[in-house]
Amino acid sequence: MGQALPWEITVDSKWCKKCGLCVEFCPRQVLEMKDVPHVKDPARCTGCLMCEMHCPDFAITVKRREEND
Amino acid sequence: MALSLDKYLRMSKLPHIWCPGCGHGIVTQAIVRAIDELGLDTDKTVVVSGIGCSARAPGYLHFDTLHTTHGRAIAFATGIKMAKPELNVIIITGDGDAAAIGGNHLIHAARRNLDLTVICFDNNIYGMTSGQYSPLTPQGSYATTSPYGMLEKPFDLCNLVMGAGGTFAARSTTYHARQLTNVIKEAISHKGFAFVDALSQCPTYFGRRNKLRTPLDMMNWFKDRSVPLRAWSKMSPEEQEGKFPVGVLTKTQAPELTEVYAQLVEKLQQRGED
Repeated sequence: MGQALPWEITVDSKWCKKCGLCVEFCPRQVLEMKDVPHVKDPARCTGCLMCEMHCPDFAITVKRREEND
Repeated sequence: MALSLDKYLRMSKLPHIWCPGCGHGIVTQAIVRAIDELGLDTDKTVVVSGIGCSARAPGYLHFDTLHTTHGRAIAFATGIKMAKPELNVIIITGDGDAAAIGGNHLIHAARRNLDLTVICFDNNIYGMTSGQYSPLTPQGSYATTSPYGMLEKPFDLCNLVMGAGGTFAARSTTYHARQLTNVIKEAISHKGFAFVDALSQCPTYFGRRNKLRTPLDMMNWFKDRSVPLRAWSKMSPEEQEGKFPVGVLTKTQAPELTEVYAQLVEKLQQRGED
């Protein structure tokens, strides 16, 4: 209740080709590149979708968590 | 809003075959997002492509799709639209497909003002066949067939479409993914021939030969050369050199072919009853 972070970032490691564009385009440094992009600091995510819209592989999605979750 | 991918993509066909960092996935996503935001009926939307890297896109899209011969996507799409004007017909083409082998189809569809939406995945090169120059390769750029730099001047496809009578032309890039989505939305909504020049990076065959090795280098190269339309109109020809305007470049209204055709049919039928 009110504790969960509002944005849920999911990386599909099977579709990701490790180009790193999501990490570069995130204006809040939420992501870092490991083997595949890793969500380093989810609390800083504002749901701007820059990572999702610049992913050439449909491999990263940012969803708003349902309030009841 | 996050996209519901399984509504629009053939999930079993993914991951796609494009190279790591290829811009075509970004443009494809912009099209899907535009369709989602417009709320188009997926059963009333047809996507048509020709040949090339860009032409792979409809294979991943969960619509009625057509993968046609090289340069002829617009010709096939013309048949679809004339037979079933109620369908939304979107054409995915590349710079070689649209400007070289398919150049005549492009200008004549624009001249007729047929209600089609053409999205050109413009990566400045023939990527699928390993990087020959296309009519859109910038002057001085290197390709496998221009080892000393491209001698010829490239087409400005938006100007070509406008000159041929097209009523909507826009340009954006993969760097400007949000703007790209917006101009595609406007293009699909436009009644008449709509053309979008979507600059897309080919790091594998264009970037590697032109000191733009990473996808990000190529996208920054788009950003550095793009100018919003308002600023563009205030620039001198010298300042415009090597740069290009982005945004909706033209949007006008003119009689649309399927509508005037339907009017003609109705007129002739009435005459037949007399």
